[in-house]
Parts: sequence; structure tokens; C-alpha cells
Amino acid sequence: MARTFYPLERFAPTPPTFHLLPFRFTRLNGKELLVNEAGEFLFVPPGTVQQLADERVDTDSELYEDLKAKQFVYDDASSPLLDILATKVRTKFDHMCGGTKLHIFVVTLRCEHSCEYCQVSRQTATRGEFDMSTATADRAIEMMMDSPARAVTLEFQGGEPLLAFDLIQYIIPRAKKLARERGKDLDIVVCTNLACVTDDILLYFRDEGVKVSTSLDGPAFLHNKNRPRPGHNSYEKAIEGIERSRAILGVESVAALMTTTAASLDYAPDIVDEYVRRDFHSIFLRPISPYGFAVKTRHRTGYEMSRFLEFYKQGLAHVLKVNRGGYRIAEVYTQILLTKMLTPHSTRYVDMQSPAGEAWSVLVYNYDGDVYASDESRMLAEMRDWTFRLGNVHKDTRHTLFTGDPALQLFQASCNQALAGCSDCAFQSYCAADPVYHYATQGDMYGHRPTSGFCARNMEVITHLFSLIEENDRDTMRIFWSWINGERVIREVDVCA
Amino acid sequence: MRLTTTGVARNFDRGIVGVLTTEHLAPEKRVERVLFLAAHEALPDGDLSGYRAILSHDELPDTLGVPYVGRLRESDHLKNGDIVALEGNSGVVRSLYRPYELHHHLFVTERCNSNCLMCSQPPKDRDDVVALTERNLELIRLIEPAPPYLTITGGEPTLLGDNLFTLIAQLKRSMPDTELHVLTNGRTFAWPDYALRFAALAHPKISLGIPLYSDFAGAHDYVVQAKGAFDQTVAGLHQAARNGIRVEIRVVLHKLTIPRLTKLAEYIYRNLAFAEHIALMGLEYTGYTPRNIDALWIDPYDYQNELEEAVEYLAMRTMNVSIYNHQLCVLRPSLWRYARKSISDWKTLYLPECERCSALPACGGLFQWAVKKHSDHIHAIASLPQGTAQIYSSR
Repeated sequence: MARTFYPLERFAPTPPTFHLLPFRFTRLNGKELLVNEAGEFLFVPPGTVQQLADERVDTDSELYEDLKAKQFVYDDASSPLLDILATKVRTKFDHMCGGTKLHIFVVTLRCEHSCEYCQVSRQTATRGEFDMSTATADRAIEMMMDSPARAVTLEFQGGEPLLAFDLIQYIIPRAKKLARERGKDLDIVVCTNLACVTDDILLYFRDEGVKVSTSLDGPAFLHNKNRPRPGHNSYEKAIEGIERSRAILGVESVAALMTTTAASLDYAPDIVDEYVRRDFHSIFLRPISPYGFAVKTRHRTGYEMSRFLEFYKQGLAHVLKVNRGGYRIAEVYTQILLTKMLTPHSTRYVDMQSPAGEAWSVLVYNYDGDVYASDESRMLAEMRDWTFRLGNVHKDTRHTLFTGDPALQLFQASCNQALAGCSDCAFQSYCAADPVYHYATQGDMYGHRPTSGFCARNMEVITHLFSLIEENDRDTMRIFWSWINGERVIREVDVCA
Repeated sequence: MRLTTTGVARNFDRGIVGVLTTEHLAPEKRVERVLFLAAHEALPDGDLSGYRAILSHDELPDTLGVPYVGRLRESDHLKNGDIVALEGNSGVVRSLYRPYELHHHLFVTERCNSNCLMCSQPPKDRDDVVALTERNLELIRLIEPAPPYLTITGGEPTLLGDNLFTLIAQLKRSMPDTELHVLTNGRTFAWPDYALRFAALAHPKISLGIPLYSDFAGAHDYVVQAKGAFDQTVAGLHQAARNGIRVEIRVVLHKLTIPRLTKLAEYIYRNLAFAEHIALMGLEYTGYTPRNIDALWIDPYDYQNELEEAVEYLAMRTMNVSIYNHQLCVLRPSLWRYARKSISDWKTLYLPECERCSALPACGGLFQWAVKKHSDHIHAIASLPQGTAQIYSSR
């Protein structure tokens, strides 16, 4: 009955050689960083990649065990478990499944603010001219519900959508009815500056389960500078609106977003502190969008990407400091990237996907019935460039939207796996293609990575995060994971004027 | 507490499973019963037919028309209501089920396709499948009331082939609310058809407990002494998950699994994130372990760094992780809240110094066989460390 036990060599024979599985690599902080197709990474000693290419890695070493366990290499001693790798890669593309989830309704372009960085708004227009008609709204609702997604988000944008509150009241019950009939879950968000919000409006939102996303650019002096309105009281209005919204809708239903202007660059800690003071638990340090009217005012609001990155790092350091002090607040962009880097999962954030989220993950129904691939796409249209207009709700179906020339051109440039400068980039699986951004800034959907602000930003941010991860400070990692695990995620909410 | 005793058997033509009664019953109530006479208790007068068998300490007359085991040796562990198997003319009386215990097992085979260096239940190469399946089907029929949890164990249960499906289908019928946990090496589940058929049983409360010992294939295969086992187990875990079968991953901690423990945790998180529980278990000094002790032994006190790192790695990622078979006095206090009282009642032991320990009520103790080999650092805890009082009181 006594069975024989065999030595390790019998089960793990040192294989004479090994084979490579796909991975990309870069140098980082004196080491080499390898990243496989599923986004798993490994820091290895310098020279390892060359050794791998030359098949000179010692197959009897701990390094070899690490490389094999993370599926950078395989050998004849065991199965390459390609099915498992495929499952992991598929999981990373999970956001592609199910169809367009975010549907933005631009119910009016009118606004009482006159922000210099605003992409779209019209201050003085008369009612009607820049408002969505009920007939257009009806068609847009149908098109939204034609998406195969089981759960859809309806986001009201403008202009200032509360100036068209009657239309919001028209749309919500109809969207809910159709969602019920089609068996879909429906989330509703209103992006508003809250300046003209009333208790009646908020009570309506409460009863209908509507969430509010607003703008808060920082302390009063900065917010009011960035966001002028008659009375110079945008900040006071925003704070008052936030508090009233929280009182009526509940704290969880009110989110705020900031935009970084040239004036913001010196005040990263002050902006973070303002969010903490206002009891927010997330802050999104966002660069200004190079679209719409922001392009015209670039000399006043714009800045080099390098200046933004300094601002981001300073802001992130301060956010971490605040967290160490016991107040939990997540920086949203960091949270999104960390989720991509440290977890097996994908994220729903539209602006950081490959294939790009435009059209796949988000559609914008403009007040005039035109359908755009993203919020940025319709901002370009406000500059009289209709490249990313996929069609019109009155003329098209979901099928013709997705098979028309504008969509097909967009899709061709939407996979960073196949973009020059991205295809061999170590950070590819964490990053994205952004054809609309590159078209807007470089005149070419495919883009030129060495001069791309998008590339500069993400290379720097991802490198910075890898440095922090490699430092492996216990507190920092705990904070990062609390963000990754957190429920407070600003998901699709993108740009609210 | 012991599982078996022996005596002199008579009148058996096959094995018998029955429920012990310490009380002499009227003939119509004797069905399924085994009359158990305490020491010095005389054989009742009259007709004893109707009992499945009789157990006694005394020599019984050969003329008794009923199967019996006489001259029983130890019997203190036998209680009214226990379900026992009388293994025919060998005279072995095996306790299969004790209603008053917390942990219940269905032992389905001694065969295994692995041969783990630290196996606590060394496999045997004999075909016991049909006999044990028959015995277990009868056992399932007799269990009353249904327990909240039941563990199906072996050997390797999937080697039963269709018989395992028969058992689970029977359990689903007779105790649908009982949570079933199948301890398997998971290798058979690598065959998509097998996983599909298992899932098709549609047992509402079933999960698999599958061991994984390394993120490096060769190291796992060495521990389980089976080439290709890692590939099959990992593929099996995925097939199970794909078919909606819930899985737990079990890791036995010893000198061969400790060095890559956090890397294994990382592997589990990246490749097997669907696992609903990860159990990190102390080594049992029984079965094969004593024979391989030089290759396996590391004092748990000496792997607290690795254990803390791995547990924190998983917990930070909201993976559900527990520590089994560890004494609180050896565990770092930061790990206490992951420690579970995991040792079956009948196997639990406390050492003399445990009497003076203030953490005793919260501690899972030791395996009874640990009396021969345990951490050198077991000691009475005079007062509970700061921050652990709540854990202590919640038990």
C-alpha cells in the first residue's frame, strides 16, 4: 500500500527551452516592465527582455517561474493554458459586450453661464431655436432603447438642461415606460450647473430617482473666474445647489466634476481641499477639452500638457495625503487606471477604451436630432465640423448609424492595438484610442503619438502610477485599493458644461 | 473522538448500515435499527428479530437469529442515534454519522488520482466504489434530521463516475436544504462534458473545494505527485466557473507552498477571481505527512510574514479568505479575524497550557494528531492583544 514519492525533477523537469507568449515591455525606474495581453505585469531585472529574445533565461530560476506563472512564456513541461489566457483577455474587453449603455440627450444649448472653456453653450438664444423638439425626443428615446444593452443610462446635457425642464419632464416618463416594455434597467443623470435649480425640480428628481452631476472647479475665487455668469455668483449658486440637492436627493445622488484651466494650475491642493470641505469623496482632476469654444479661448484657458501633468501629480499627492489623514477621497482618473492595471476587470469609462468608446459605449442625441459618436463629436460640430455625425434620429436606425461611413471611418481608427506608436507600447492594455481627440487636435483620427497630448498624458500618468505601485508603500496601496473597491465611481459622466 | 471499534461478528452475509438504539424497541419500531447494549447490559428476553443487528460487550449466543457484533472493545464513543456501518465478518463498527456533531462527512472512496505528499487520508488502490456508494445511499436515507452542511470527501470523489451523480441526486431529493461541499482535486472537471453534467444536476446548494498549491505548474504537480495535475485543476476550476458551479480554493501551508504564497494569491486573484472562498490551511500531522515531514515541516511561527502578506493581498482585493487549522497563539494578531474554528469536533485537541489561555474560547485548537508535532510557539495568552477583543467576543 505504501506508495512511492517522486522528487521534484520528475514533475517539474527543467525544460531545455521555452516559447514566448505575446507581451509588450518598457524600461521603468532602472528595471524592465513586461505587460501581457491581459494586462498582468512583472518588473524584471534590466536585460531580461534581451535574454527572453535570445532564449537565454535560466529555466531553473525563480524569474523563470514568475514568467511562466504570469503567462509570458510557456514550455513543453505543461500546458500553455491558452484558454485561461483567452478568458482573461476577454474579461478585459467585457465593456465591449452588450451594446451602447450611455445615451446623452442635449435637450437645449441655452445657458445663463458664459464659461470661457465651454464647448457648446449659447447664452442669449431665444427659447425654441436651440431646444430639442418632442418629436426628436420621441425618436431619440426609441433609438436609445434599441440598444441591446440590458442597462442604459440617460444623461441630460446642454447648455443648461434645467432651462428645458419641461422637456426633461416629457422625456423621463416615456423613457421609463419603454425601458419597462423592453426589460431594461434605466439610470437617469442630469448634468447641471444647479444655478436655476428649485425645490420643485429637485422633488421631481427625487421622485423619479434622477441623479445630479454638477460642476465645481475649486474654491470661490477660482470657480467664479472659470465660470462667469450674471452676478458673478456661480460658486455660491453651485454650493447652495449642491446642499439643496443633497438634502432632497441624498448625498449619494449628487456628484461634482472639475475642469482644469490655466488659472487652476497653481491651486491643485486648494481644489482638492474644496472638495473635501464640501464633503465629496471623489474628485476628477480633468484637463480642459480641446474642443468647441475652448479652442477659440485657448490663449486664455489652455496650457501645455506638461503643466497639467505637474498639476495632476501635485493634486494626486495631496489627495493621498488627505486619505492618510483619514478622509476617504478618490481621484477618479487614477482609480480608473488602477482598475485597469491591478485588476482582471475592465472599466466602463468611455474615454479610456480600446476599441474606443465612441458610438460603442456612448451616443449623443443633439437638440436638432443629429446623432454623434460622443460629446466631443458634437462639440466639433458646433465648430462646423460634422465628421463624427453618425446620422439623424429622424432618418436613421441603429443599424444605419453603425454602418454609415462616419461610423466605419471612426471604428477603423479606434483600436490602439493597431495604431502606430500604440501597437508596441507597454501600456497599450491600460490605455485607449481616442480618434475624436486626435482628429480635433491633429487633424487625423489615427493621430501622431510623439506629439499627442493624449499620449503624453497617459504615458506620464501610467508611469507615475507604476512607480507608486513598485514602491509598494503599504498605506498608499491600501488607499488605492479602497478606491478600486469603492462604490463611488463617476462612471460615464463625462463633460458637463 | 474515535471513528471505529471492533468485536467478534456473527451471522453477517454482507455489510449493514443502521441507526443505533440504546433502548429495546417494540418489533414494529426495529426497522433500520441496531440495538446497542451498554457494558453489562443483559440481552433482552424474547424475540430479537427485526433489528438490523445487535452490538454487545458480551459474548452472544450463536443461536441468535440476528447479525451481531459481540465482545465489542471500545464503545464510549457510540451514542443513541448514531449511524454506523457494520463491515461484515471483520467485526469493524464504523461511525458514519453523529447527529450531534457540527461537521458531517460523506466518505465516498479511498481511491485517488493524485498522491499528495501531505495527504491526511492516503489513497488505496482498491475498487471500493460500488460498495461505498451502496453504503452511502443507505446512510443518506437514514440521516434524520437533515444537517445544515455536509462534506463529500474521499479519496477523489469524481473517480466515482456516475455513482457521484447518483449520490448528489439522492441528496438533492432527500435533503435539498443541506449545503453540500465536495472536496475534489478538480482535475476531472477539466473535461467540459463532466463539468456540464455536474452542473446539470442543478443542486441548489453545492460547491467544490479544490486545492491549489502553487502558481507554478511544476511545483503544484510535485506536491500532488501527479504530472499535468496543475493544468487539469486550473482548467477544471474554469470549467466549473463557466458552468456556474461555485468553487473554493484550498491551500495547505508547508515548506513547499510558503515560498510562493503571495504569488499564488496573485495567481488566484488574476486567474480565478471567481473563487468564492480561499482557505489557507495548516498542515495535518497524519496520513502521509509524518513520512514526508522533512520536506514539509516549517513551524507556522516562521511563516507569519508570508501568511500575513498573502492574506492582506487577498483581503485588500475583497477576496474572501480564511485561515484554517491554526492556533491563535501562533498567529499574528492582525490575522486573528481570518482564523476559523475549522477542525472537526472529533479531531480537536487542546494542550495542557491551553487551559490557562484567555483566547481559548476563540481558538480552533489543534488536530488530535498534532500532539506528536506542532508549533514550538504554542503558549497560553495571558491577555488579549489590543484590537482583538471584538473578534474574541463575536465568537
